[in-house]
Order: sequence, then C-alpha cells, then structure tokens
Amino acid sequence: MKKILHIFTLTFLFFATATSLAKTITVCNTCDVKTIQQGINLAADGDTVLVKKGIYKEVNIIVDKSIILLGENLPTIDGEDKGEIIKIVADNVTVDGFKIINVGTSYTSDYAAIRVIKKNGYLIQNLQLEKLFFGIYLERSNNGKVLNNTIKGDAVNEYNSGNGIQLWYCNDVEVRGNNVQNVRDGIYLEFSDNIKITRNLSKNNLRYGLHFMFSNNDIYEYNTFENNGAGVAVMFSKFIEMNSNIFKENWGTAAFGLLLKEINDATISNNIFKENTVGINIEGSNRVTYKNNDFISNGWAIKVRGACYANAFTENNFLYNSFDISYNSNMNDNEFDNNYWSNYTGYDLNRNGIGDVPYRPVKLFTYIVNRTPETIILMRSLFIDIIDFSEKVSPVFTPDNLVDENPKMKPIDHDRS
Amino acid sequence: MLKILKYSFYDLMRSRWSYVYFLFYLLLGVVLLFLNNDLSKAVITLMNVIIILVPLIGTIFGVMYYYNSREFTELLLAQPVKRSSIFLGQYFGVATSLSMSLVIGLGMPFVFYGIFNSNAIWDFSLLLVTGAFLTFIFTALAFVIALSNENKIKGFGYAILLWLFMAVIYDGIFLMSLLYFEDYPLDNFSLIATMLNPVDLSRVLILLKLDISALLGYTGAVFQKFFGTNFGLLLSSAMLIVWVVVPTFFIWRIAKRKDF
Repeated sequence: MKKILHIFTLTFLFFATATSLAKTITVCNTCDVKTIQQGINLAADGDTVLVKKGIYKEVNIIVDKSIILLGENLPTIDGEDKGEIIKIVADNVTVDGFKIINVGTSYTSDYAAIRVIKKNGYLIQNLQLEKLFFGIYLERSNNGKVLNNTIKGDAVNEYNSGNGIQLWYCNDVEVRGNNVQNVRDGIYLEFSDNIKITRNLSKNNLRYGLHFMFSNNDIYEYNTFENNGAGVAVMFSKFIEMNSNIFKENWGTAAFGLLLKEINDATISNNIFKENTVGINIEGSNRVTYKNNDFISNGWAIKVRGACYANAFTENNFLYNSFDISYNSNMNDNEFDNNYWSNYTGYDLNRNGIGDVPYRPVKLFTYIVNRTPETIILMRSLFIDIIDFSEKVSPVFTPDNLVDENPKMKPIDHDRS
Repeated sequence: MLKILKYSFYDLMRSRWSYVYFLFYLLLGVVLLFLNNDLSKAVITLMNVIIILVPLIGTIFGVMYYYNSREFTELLLAQPVKRSSIFLGQYFGVATSLSMSLVIGLGMPFVFYGIFNSNAIWDFSLLLVTGAFLTFIFTALAFVIALSNENKIKGFGYAILLWLFMAVIYDGIFLMSLLYFEDYPLDNFSLIATMLNPVDLSRVLILLKLDISALLGYTGAVFQKFFGTNFGLLLSSAMLIVWVVVPTFFIWRIAKRKDF
C-alpha cells in the first residue's frame, strides 16, 4: 500500500514539475517572435506555441517537437500557393485553431495543408482550410485524432485536385465532426485499419464523399454524404461497419449513394438512402448484412451487379423507389426477409402485420432496362405494368427464388435517436 | 362560337354524367388521401388514373356527346351561324366541362388535405394540368372520329380502338422496336416516339418530376439534356399544345366540308 502511495506521489510530482517546466511562446505580428517557424524553433517538448490573430505568410513549417501549436482567434496561415504548409515530424503534436489558405497545386507531389509523417498521437482540430490541394494528409501515422475541421475546396477537375482528409497506412485514427466540401474525395482511406469516422459532413465533392481502399475493421457512423460526384465508395475491404449514415442526392449517370466492391463481412444498418440515382451498388460482396435501412425515392434502391453471395437484407424500408432491386442474372443466393416494400400490393388476412403473398422485388422491366437502357422512357406505362404482372405470375427472366416471404404491411419504425 | 360554347357547357353542367364524373374523382381523391394517408403513394396512383382513365373518358364522352346532340346540331346548321363556331363551340364546351370536373373533383380533397403547405404542390398541379391537356386532346380526337363517321357503332369502335392503341398497343410496339434495334443508338428515336403519343408524352412529363433520379441514371447525351434540364419540360409542354391544336384544326376543316 505504502509503495503504491509512493509511486502515486512520485508520478504526481513528476507531472507537476513537467507542467511547471512547460512554457508558452507567443507569436504575433508585433511580438519578438514574428513567424510560427521561429516560435517552434524556440520551443522544447511539451511547450505551447500560442499564435495570435493575424496573417502569417509561411510555407513548410516543420513541427519537429512534441508541442501544442495553438491559434488564438483563428490566425491565418497563407501559403501563397507555394507548396506544403505544416509538416508534423514529431510524436504527440497538437495543432488547434488556424485558418490555412492557398496550398500550392502540383502535378508531381501531393502538397497538403497539414501533413503528418510516420508519427503517432497527433491531434488536429478546429482548423479551417480553404483554397487547398490536399487538406489533412496522414501517412504511416497511428493513434491520432482529426476533429471538427472545416475544409472547403474549390476543385473543378479530378486531375488537379486533392482529397480533404487522406489516411495512408494509418491505424487507430478517429475522424470526427469534420465538414468537407468541394474537394476531390472528401475522406480517403488507403491501407488504414481500425479507423473510426463519425459525425462528419461530406458534401459537393467531385468524386467520392468517402472512399475506402484496402482498409479493414473500420467503422463509420452518423455521417452525412450529400451531392457528391459519385457518392461513397467502399472497395476491397473487410469487416467494415456502416451505421446510421445519411446518403442523399447523389445524382448522375455513374452516381450512387454507396458503392460496395469486393466487400466481405460488413454490416450496413440504420442508414438512410434518399434520392440517389442508385442507393447501393453491389459488386462482388459476400456475407454483408443490411438491416434497418431506409431507401427513400431512389432511382434504384439496390443494384446487384453479380458475384454477391450470402448477403442478408432484413427489416429495411423500401419507399417509393423507381426500382427496388435490380439483378443482372437470374441466379440468387441472397436472402430478403421481413422488409417493407411500398410497391407491395398483397393482403394480410390473418392480421399479423405480414403480407400473405410473398413479394418479388425484381421486376421484368428492371431486367429489360438493364439490357436496353433506352427503354427507361417507358417506365410506369400500362403495357409495362401488364408484362410485369405476367412475369410476377410465372418468373422466366428474373430469379424465381428471389422473394421476400414475409413482406411487412406497414413501414418499420426505426429508432433514429 | 362563345354562345354555343356556353350553351354546350351549361347543358353538360346540368347533365348527370358530369356529376358522376366529378363525384368519381372526388371520391378517388378522398379515398387516396384520407384512407391511405400517404401523399407520395397517392400521387403515383393518380398518375396511373390520369394517363389511362382520362383519355378513355374523354374519347367516349366526346363521341357520345356528338352523336347525342346530332339533332340539335342539325337545327343549328339551319340558322345563320358559322359552321366552325358550332362544332368548335361544342368541342370546347365538352372539353372544358370534363376538365373542370377533373380539376375540381381531384383538387378539392387535396386542398382540404393541405396541399398548399406541402412541397408536393408542383407534382400535383402538374398532374392536373396534364390531365386537363389529355382531356382536350382526346375529346378533340373523338370529335374528329365522330365527324368523319356517320355510323354510330363504327364511330364508337374507332374511338375505343384509338384509346387502346394510344394507351397500350403503342407502348408494346415501341418496346419491341427498342429491343429489336438495341444495337443502334436509340436516344433520338425513343424521344421522338414518345412525342408522337400524347399518353406517353404526359407520362414522361410526370416522370420528370416523379422518377428523375432513375432517369438520370441513363448514360446518353440526348437523354441527359432532355431529363437533366428544363428543356424536357418545355419541349413536352409545347408538344402537348401541338397535340391540342392539330386535332382542333381537323375538326374545323372536316366541319367546313361535311355534308349534312
């Protein structure tokens, strides 16, 4: 007991001295220390560099000590399009409260507003990035946090624009509360595992709102992805959890709310897919669970492209989609059960809330449109209704085992609190 | 002409059929809205009603009215009245009263439901406007058929056939030709084929509002321009007006030359 007390006191003393040793260096336009780089050079590990309001025209600021770089009243760092602005090459660095503008554009190197290189324990928060190439670029850096940043790009073409937040070979990072707009990919992950992405807003980006490549065991929740060039793409990844996100208004010829390509063992639950050209586009994905999602007013709620096995779609609401499910073959190994389909026309005689007639979500017309896309102009015509009905009675072109045996009679009330 | 229009209009307003028609739409609107309580679903059902039922009723009613009022027409022809004003007056009388039954019958339940506070107001008014257009188009076509056929049975037969062709057969042929020529670029063909049938035209006009997210999924510059901009809406509306004007012109021409 006494020993523990000793250790405790010692630790306390150690921290007390450590904090008392840490000093604050103030940087401002009228101070002795006029540039941020100068301030960092003067600092030692554990110090705070406090930057007052003002405009600092600096590029290539190298943070090579474990310090807190703190902006007061949002000072502006203007890179004047010359290149990279802040480079973090030390562990446990905090960057907080800056406005960073004019990152240089290059066709040979990926200039970023903030880059962390092979270091751990960073905290990047409350930044406003504008006129940027890449925003926050994390490479081979683990255990960090990227919180509450606002990134507003002005990307026009994919080839000369960068990503808002990019993670490359990073593990255990939290990305929360960021607002990313008008860049190429809002948030981009490559070879990054155990990442938690929550409560971000990714909007009006040229390509994807969120883009996963070769990243496993990641979670993204409570995000909103709106009006991005092609929606959200999750590719070549395993064990991803996608919960309570909103995917909306991704319109266009190659646009979708969510694209799954080579995704195995994922969970997709409680999401809302609203007014997308394609709600979810699935290709080569196995053992994915879709539960409690709402598909509202999409062109296609779910488009299954092939090589998808052992997926389960249960307790989802399919409301007013032009097409509920589209298949490009008449094979089916996926399970549809207990969903609500607004296009269901059956009845419920025993009043148990489940329709007595099974529902076939794939229509013959879906098959025709897949084959000859121009026929889409005949949608909702009486003739199409007639052939759909005859296909429903005796399926020839559509998978005959693709049925929801227990279609719900009323929309499922999902708790979205 | 206005006097005859007024006469036909009041005559129809007093007739039982206008009330039946009006009550039918009123009931439909009430059932859709207050028993179903789902505006989006109601609009879709209404669209089916409008593109199928409205042309049918317009055609039947137009033919029926012409044959029934034949004696009165002959009486009028003996008077110093211009021929064109007699027939055009009758036509506009029928078409206006039918579209009024439609617009008021469907409009009332929706107004009580609170459509003005909902953002479905545009979809809904588009539905009513297309419905009115279809009434005018098909009544005019019915008059053309009735004017060129003395035989009542033949006239009815042609009218029903016209409706069946426009509503079902045309789309069947259209679909077959699209599938048969699928190796060729079909954008322009399919748009033109749509323009040539008023039922399809109104359907596409409503689709532009209802299923725009699906329509935008198709890759093709012509479709993109048609569906993605206001161009489609303007062109379709212009074509609907052409579809009213052309049969009306035929009524005028046939009436001028016809022997009684």
